[in-house]
Amino acid sequence: MGRKTSQGNSVYLDMAINWFKYSSPASFYFLAGKMIPLFSVAAVLFCVVGLYIGFFVAPTDFQQGEAYRIIFIHVPAAWMSMFLYVVMAVWSGIGLAFNTRLSSMVATAIAPTGAMFTFLALWTGALWGKPMWGTWWVWDARLTSELILLFLYIGFMSLQAAIDDPRRADKAGAMIALVGVVNVPIIYFSVKWWNTLHQGATVSLTQSPKMATTMLTGMLIMSIACWMYAIAVILIRTRAIILERERHTAWVGELQGAER
Amino acid sequence: MIWTSVSQFLDMGGYGFYVWGSYLVTLICIAGELVLVYNRKRTLLKHLSLIHQSNKQEKRNETAS
Repeated sequence: MGRKTSQGNSVYLDMAINWFKYSSPASFYFLAGKMIPLFSVAAVLFCVVGLYIGFFVAPTDFQQGEAYRIIFIHVPAAWMSMFLYVVMAVWSGIGLAFNTRLSSMVATAIAPTGAMFTFLALWTGALWGKPMWGTWWVWDARLTSELILLFLYIGFMSLQAAIDDPRRADKAGAMIALVGVVNVPIIYFSVKWWNTLHQGATVSLTQSPKMATTMLTGMLIMSIACWMYAIAVILIRTRAIILERERHTAWVGELQGAER
Repeated sequence: MIWTSVSQFLDMGGYGFYVWGSYLVTLICIAGELVLVYNRKRTLLKHLSLIHQSNKQEKRNETAS
């Protein structure tokens, strides 16, 4: 399956015909290399537009004054922390079920970025909680379950780092990822199930949004920016992991002349 | 326009510390992640090219002997 770099160009021409070609780490390596610049540019553009709307177009909140502007990073970071965990669990599960190396590598590449967004959700939440609730932290359902999510990401990464054989590390990590995925709906519904200081969902599929249109637009554009950034950085990390694990193969050997 | 001056923009209606504290740490995290991931790749490629060179050297030695 498309193992030779000398066939690099024909790999892209075949794109419409054989999608399974990209389940091979070697072909995915080159496809990802082409996609990274696109997602990086998109991330910068969406971020600039989103921040402009967030800071210069969106009006002052009648209740929270300017402090609410933390929302443009807090909500996208919190969404990403949950989405990325689910995506990580899905790829782990596929890797476990079908024994596909690439899916496990992608799962491993997602974890640090997911952990970073989880930390940011907690950090910005603390900085928002202090002026609005009068406290940096409370042990309520939403905050505690988000903290558990951070520990799940850290657990996944340290377990994988502790096991020398990459394929065994993939399997062990997949177990944490799959068991931990029950935490995601708990985070999401925690504001409904328990009494909490945290406000309910501002945006949901069933009701019209409870916020001004410009605020919502800024928040959604910032979310897209976070998605683009996450995809770009995860692809870069996946490429590094592919090189690390495939370094003894012929195609990585051939790469020496081409790259660098 | 919401802001009439730069200092008013930086003050964020008295919430400057909280708002900029959030965005600054976000920026640091993203910059840090990018530095780490690029370093990882650079070290790896350097390592790979060393292996590659030593392999070449071995082959040369084999043909010479």
